[in-house]
Amino acid sequence: MASTTSSAGIGSKRIVVGAHKGVGAYLLQRLTAIILAAFSLFILLRGLLGAAGGYDAWAGMFVPVWMKIVTLVALLALFYHAWIGVRDIWMDYVKPTWVRLSLQTLTVLWLVFCAVWSVQILWRV
Amino acid sequence: MSLPSITGKSRPEFRNIHVTQILQYKLPPPGMVSILHRASGAALFLALPLILWLFDLSLMSELSFERLIEIGSHWFVKLVLLGLIWAFLHHLVAGLRYLMLDLHMGVDKPAARTSALAVFWISLPLTLLTALKLFGVF
Repeated sequence: MASTTSSAGIGSKRIVVGAHKGVGAYLLQRLTAIILAAFSLFILLRGLLGAAGGYDAWAGMFVPVWMKIVTLVALLALFYHAWIGVRDIWMDYVKPTWVRLSLQTLTVLWLVFCAVWSVQILWRV
Repeated sequence: MSLPSITGKSRPEFRNIHVTQILQYKLPPPGMVSILHRASGAALFLALPLILWLFDLSLMSELSFERLIEIGSHWFVKLVLLGLIWAFLHHLVAGLRYLMLDLHMGVDKPAARTSALAVFWISLPLTLLTALKLFGVF
């Protein structure tokens, strides 16, 4: 009994199931969802109100540092939310471990790239 | 090894549907909301570079802002944007429904069906409204 459990957890036959972070991912997906819903409504309302103002009104919105930070937090929430969702898609449909891990790695790298890009976009205004 | 059957009839066997059967398989409204929630999320994820690039153009300078408006006046770009707007609206409204279900609100079958239909009744007219605006009807 002990030998079967120890050999199941190591080696090439190991079942890759993650690090038992299911509940954490579930809760963070909901938390980031609430942040994103609130931020979307906020930006939509402000955008619609300033729609007639053109570039100055739109870009002016992102000039204050607090607005840059709020937007960046929302975007980071978006990227984390996307990570959980896309990870679930890979886990559901992609069974070969090495293909799944490669796709998950590319997803993480891509989202980190997007996060750094977001900083660049926001702090250039 | 097969055991003799008592009734003589073979029992129905349920298996996961195959990809080729997807189109003839009719999902109930909650199932439609669910698979479209996943599809719209995946679409929004894949469109991230486009969305960030457009966001960058909108903020960089007055010149890039003008360029964004120019790019956005092309009918094909409008169509892509409309697709993303639908994906966003469906994902948002369906997501709010899931938060509601998480709080154990409306989890019985008739209520879940009603709220699933409500998702479409909210997201689709809003998409239509933005379509009319995008293509200059008003």
